[in-house]
Amino acid sequence: MADDKTPRIDAATGTEFKGHEWDGIEELDTPLPRWWLWTFYATIIFAIGYTIAYPAWPMIDSATRGVLGWSSRGALAEEMAARDAQIAPLRQAIAATTIDKLTGQPQLMQAAVEGGRAAFKVHCVQCHGSGAAGSAGYPNLNDDDWLWGGDLATIEKTITDGIRNPDHADTRMSMMPAFGRDQLLTGAQVDDVVAHVRVISGQDKRTAAAQRGARIFADNCAVCHGPAGKGSRELGAPNLTDGIWLYGGDAATIRQSVWNSRQGVMPRWNDKLDQATIRMLAAYVHRLGGGEATPVETAMAADGTTNGTNGDAGQ
Amino acid sequence: MLMPTGSGDLYEKRKGVYPKAVDGFYRRLKWAIMAVTLAIYWVTPWLRWDRGPYAPDQAVLVDLANRRFYMFAIEIWPHEFYYVAGLLMMAGIGLFLVTSAVGRAWCGYACPQTVWTDLFQHVERAIDGDRNAQIRLAAAPLSAGKIARRLMKWSIWLLIAFLTGGAWIFYFADAPTLQHAFWTGAAAPIAYGTTAVLTATTFVLGGFMREQVCIYMCPWPRIQTAMLDEKSLVVTYKDWRGEKRGSVKKAAAHPGDYGDCIDCNQCVAVCPTGIDIREGPQIGCITCALCIDACDKVMAQVGRPRGLIDYCTEDDAAAEKQGRAPRPVLKTLLRPRTIAYFAIWGGIGVAMLFALGARTRIDISAQQDRNPIFVRLSDGAIRNAYMVKIRNMETRPRPIEVHVEGLPGAMLWTDAMARDQAAASLATRVPADSVAKLRIFVAAPPAGAPRQDFSFAVRATDREGGGAREDARFERP
Repeated sequence: MADDKTPRIDAATGTEFKGHEWDGIEELDTPLPRWWLWTFYATIIFAIGYTIAYPAWPMIDSATRGVLGWSSRGALAEEMAARDAQIAPLRQAIAATTIDKLTGQPQLMQAAVEGGRAAFKVHCVQCHGSGAAGSAGYPNLNDDDWLWGGDLATIEKTITDGIRNPDHADTRMSMMPAFGRDQLLTGAQVDDVVAHVRVISGQDKRTAAAQRGARIFADNCAVCHGPAGKGSRELGAPNLTDGIWLYGGDAATIRQSVWNSRQGVMPRWNDKLDQATIRMLAAYVHRLGGGEATPVETAMAADGTTNGTNGDAGQ
Repeated sequence: MLMPTGSGDLYEKRKGVYPKAVDGFYRRLKWAIMAVTLAIYWVTPWLRWDRGPYAPDQAVLVDLANRRFYMFAIEIWPHEFYYVAGLLMMAGIGLFLVTSAVGRAWCGYACPQTVWTDLFQHVERAIDGDRNAQIRLAAAPLSAGKIARRLMKWSIWLLIAFLTGGAWIFYFADAPTLQHAFWTGAAAPIAYGTTAVLTATTFVLGGFMREQVCIYMCPWPRIQTAMLDEKSLVVTYKDWRGEKRGSVKKAAAHPGDYGDCIDCNQCVAVCPTGIDIREGPQIGCITCALCIDACDKVMAQVGRPRGLIDYCTEDDAAAEKQGRAPRPVLKTLLRPRTIAYFAIWGGIGVAMLFALGARTRIDISAQQDRNPIFVRLSDGAIRNAYMVKIRNMETRPRPIEVHVEGLPGAMLWTDAMARDQAAASLATRVPADSVAKLRIFVAAPPAGAPRQDFSFAVRATDREGGGAREDARFERP
């Protein structure tokens, strides 16, 4: 059809047929409106301007930079800087408020918890896990069992100075002897102590071995773990009578702990993070569910002012 | 003529359309509809509706920032968006209903493009004069007078366009406050941007693009074409009555040779899209019925019966052509197809009204912490944590009590409380029209199924009462 000298004309519209047909439906050569052409030219002009203003044309090792100097990295850096500037006063306020005063300011506390949530994901998850649930040897921070103490100030101190950092004078320090390895106790004595610990933690029934172990415990272990095995927070000695075990509560693991001792290490963070970040981390860890009351918080709770309501009209 | 003749040009220049003023039944109907639609558009944001101290007092408000939609006594939250979806469905099916019954009535009377173009053309006639004067002015060389008229016309258009674009933003914020902020430069940039964009589009689409929008840009004419059938009322030139066209003089000289159409071209002159209805139904016809008014007037002048151009169905056209009587209009309008559309439309409406009447204004959702799933406490108890959201959709604060059902021995506390304050239920106060987010710890004895289903229940402890529940799961090692 298309190469015919005399094109066929559609009777209804007076328009030429294009020569394409699908099941009896034929295409007409209807002209586009002129203004459409002008909008098309306008987009071309816009595109030329755009490629001049913004990075566009590929060159050998990068694209043309564009006269506006815009880049996605630059835009990100700007946004980050703006965000930092936006939260700077908040960080300053958190840094300037001692941790025991933080609970008196619910909004600041909430901001600190959220900031801590973010910082935790960067600095802490490697050992404590993304949900802060820990694993064998790395404490679960969600529970209510604390080696060194679970109130805000104590948590902040632990994060600041770390645990058993050899190069830091203020670090939390204690040393459990390796009773078996260093031959302080015989193998049989260690077994007896393990039997005793299984009894005071409510896992086994009292046996003759456990009764022998009780005496050995009183002589060797009670100085740190207490006569009843309730532990000591001054020394980071765990409570051996509760349901929570850092390394495991079965007989074999307890025996290993007594034989070789355990000396978990946590880095100090005062040389890596600023005061505000450490305080926010402490607030976050405290809020995970096991946080213990400081005197200030007890007073607040007695007032009944912390009812847990956190209304948000935006949701 | 809409479509070009076979000239072979790739692009077609817009041919000016200079519709002549006309008076008649349909013109007056169009005036009335224009007045009503424009009044609704401009007045609605200024209507007030008292909702008490905790909610805005604007009758119709789309509060995007706070994600609330207010319409008189109805307040819709984002999770209730299906009401808006229902309204959109009703609007769609309503259009089907109208189109199958009376053709492109939406296009001809109520479409904003039609209403504003009509308004702009009225302004044009006031400044430039009627059709012939407009044609002369368009052809005239540029002169001081022509420039003055153009500037005058465009200024008025721009003013209307600005009022149109400016009114839109009042639907999205408190109108009096926003108006004050707008003039003092304190409004949000988006308000100025929206006004500018809508002013520009109104000015260009109503002033210059006009019928080009209907013919080239709008998908609706194509869709409507598919919805019309042989029983839809469309504007029809009754060619069996009108042909052969000829002047009154010729018809008097040769009675019997000529039909009723005197070929006065008034139907073409008044057409706002510049078509000739006598060429039959076409995509350019928005069925505004102004040609009916024009033709009726001429028929009255020459003493012939009205309705040479008239609303007529395809079936009736065929019947009339063969000398049979057309179906009664009521029978045309009430046919299975329109009744089915109406039933669906009404069904959705009734269902929505019922749902609106029966919906609760307190709701709860609970999302369990997944990491860690559970925590063993030092006394051996197992603790799960949940992010519980309590929605108070009333516009006043309400006291709410939360407890769990189906989990024996469970104790509840929040992350802002110490565990020794845990109790079997928690009392809180949810602010007006907001969501309280509580991180709730639930501790239960370690003995029990590893996965135990239970539910959170909330209850309003004020006089009105009411409550809701949400299923949840308690996990143990």
